[in-house]
Amino acid sequence: MTSEELLQIAENVHAEHAKFDYEVNVCMGTGCMSQHSDKLKAALTKEAVTSGKRCHVRQTGCMGLCAAGPLVLVDPAHSEQELLYGFVRESDAIEVMSSLDAAPVERLLTHLEHYFEGQEHIVLENSGHIDPEKIDEYIARDGYQALVMALTEMDPQSVIDQISKSGLRGRGGGGYPTGLKWGTVAKSVGALKYVICNGDEGDPGAFMDRSVLESDPQRVIEGMTIAAYAVGASKGYAYVRAEYPLAVSRLTASLREARRRGLLGNNICGTAFSFDIEIRLGAGAFVCGEETALIASIEGQRGQPRPRPPYPAMSGLWGLPTLINNVETFANIAPIIRKGADWYAGIGTDKSKGTKVFALTGKITNTGLIEIPMGMPLRQIVFDIGGGVPDGRKFKAVQTGGPSGGCIPEEHLDLPVSYEALINVGSMMGSGGMIVMDDTSCMVNVARFFMEFCMTESCGKCIPCRAGTAQMFGILSKICDGKASHADLDLLIDLCDVVKNTSLCGLGMTAPNPVLSTLRYFKHEYLEHIDHQHCRAGVCACGTKDAALLAAEEVTA
Amino acid sequence: MPAYSMPPLPSDDKRWRIVNGTMRRHGYTRHALIETLHTVQSSFGYLDEGAIRFVAKSLRVPLSQAYGVATFYHHFSLKAPSKHTCTVCIGTACYIKGADKLVAAAEKQLHIKAGKSTPDGNIALMTARCVGACGRAPVMLADEELVGLIEPAQMLEQLERWTIHD
Repeated sequence: MTSEELLQIAENVHAEHAKFDYEVNVCMGTGCMSQHSDKLKAALTKEAVTSGKRCHVRQTGCMGLCAAGPLVLVDPAHSEQELLYGFVRESDAIEVMSSLDAAPVERLLTHLEHYFEGQEHIVLENSGHIDPEKIDEYIARDGYQALVMALTEMDPQSVIDQISKSGLRGRGGGGYPTGLKWGTVAKSVGALKYVICNGDEGDPGAFMDRSVLESDPQRVIEGMTIAAYAVGASKGYAYVRAEYPLAVSRLTASLREARRRGLLGNNICGTAFSFDIEIRLGAGAFVCGEETALIASIEGQRGQPRPRPPYPAMSGLWGLPTLINNVETFANIAPIIRKGADWYAGIGTDKSKGTKVFALTGKITNTGLIEIPMGMPLRQIVFDIGGGVPDGRKFKAVQTGGPSGGCIPEEHLDLPVSYEALINVGSMMGSGGMIVMDDTSCMVNVARFFMEFCMTESCGKCIPCRAGTAQMFGILSKICDGKASHADLDLLIDLCDVVKNTSLCGLGMTAPNPVLSTLRYFKHEYLEHIDHQHCRAGVCACGTKDAALLAAEEVTA
Repeated sequence: MPAYSMPPLPSDDKRWRIVNGTMRRHGYTRHALIETLHTVQSSFGYLDEGAIRFVAKSLRVPLSQAYGVATFYHHFSLKAPSKHTCTVCIGTACYIKGADKLVAAAEKQLHIKAGKSTPDGNIALMTARCVGACGRAPVMLADEELVGLIEPAQMLEQLERWTIHD
């Protein structure tokens, strides 16, 4: 494959598209599929044939706005005016089709200018615009140009230099500089080297990786291949959760397509470089998101982490140098190589470059997937893009970083999103789940929920995590039931400190975060549970008391 | 290298050939353990003792390790599946949107705890740690089919249908 051949494929695709007056894209991501968008697509296809219109109906990946699914994007060839329809049912197919030459179907139009304003799509640039199972459509949108460029015009070191210069940091949550990691693996000596794509998105409330794998799998494959070239690896593994069957099947199909086009396998693009990727299914263990546990899982063992160093970059899979990056990190690689490190470094903040994909969920109007430049204030994300809290309820907190992160209250909403800023307020970037809570959520109960998660997901290898999380869960349950004392609270704080500082891996080290952050901002809720057996959200077993009774108790106390 | 005799297939069941195929594709290496158990799980619906023994022996993995792996990962089940499975997602987004109420309602209706099956083996009530459809929370899986924005009444109706039809 040469760049001329890529251009030829792109031209063929464009010529094929030019035969149509309209493109009707139907979202076939997991969210819309659960609303039978496959049947909708069949109905639209049938209607397109009967109506005799020159219209191309196709499946695409996620368009982001899962709240309004199933989504249909009508893209006329002769006009810039794209129309996004939401809540489209099978029965609406005729109306949508007949509206193509006429006025849009007003009742189905989504009026969500705010949702798209302020977003910047790099990772998601093809999501909702291409058929994820067709490699040629990816190529027609500049796909694989970066790989050909890297292989034919750049040496591995200059690829690494570009990535370092771009300022890209690991999108799995830790935020380790990607270029630095690549450089370490490149320098390590080993008979073989591996590249692993971490798609074990165990963080509940996050679905960025699923969406990227479902909507644009070729982008991840291209990123992994460029990484392999840069670090000198010859074999890759994509570790994907078994809970994501659609992502697995699309990735499998895409790997086959890439091999067929000679973009994976031996002598890629006629060079001496050979690389191939195998899929490994996760089996439902949150701890496998930790890199050493993930490696153990690929080796066919229980997913238990081991102490680092040695880091996987020196001694990873089967003791050989291994590069592990997250799905979203790999998805950023091709655009950086194609458009240059300076372009990428121009987006975002001083230390956090580029964009970040977030899964916006919880008590928020526009639930779905968004991609924003780093540095955007949380308030803009929640209230402009997300459309605020529905049903007239009051915003209480936004939770980021999953079970390792924390809750951010209203007073910090003007915080610009970056790795450092989130850590400073006691949370973390995490993989990108952003869960909005309103006043019907009890913060002690939320902390208990996350602690239960960490307790059941603890692999059991080290004592602080195995026993500590169980003890903390016990105390939090006691508080929720209104049976705890101040001594219990002190013990809880003490345990947080021990578990945080003595656990073996990230799961244990960050497990106390939800407790610490809720204690920092919502200590009064803990005290209400303990002193007055009062849960202001009315969630906990201790019950709720009315204001007069509380005031009376306050006086007697 | 000493000759190693492969164990015979446990039965004539064609599905064992699929399982064997997975192991062959990985050259019967030990690290194919999880991949093979995945194949057993998807072919038979669960891992029984015979299957674990067969896979362990074929891949020359200690039985303790095979059992350890089978019990470590949530995806693998050691019990035969029920006729129907109702899985309520209790990921964070679903939890915030009241998944706990869904679980409680289902427990009450079926008179079983989450994670158990009805005594007649008709319906299993399970919980999941995020199925990645948070945009449509709360979510449940009715026999693998994902249903979003679910209301307790809607879920109970589904359970009712399953109960009546059998």
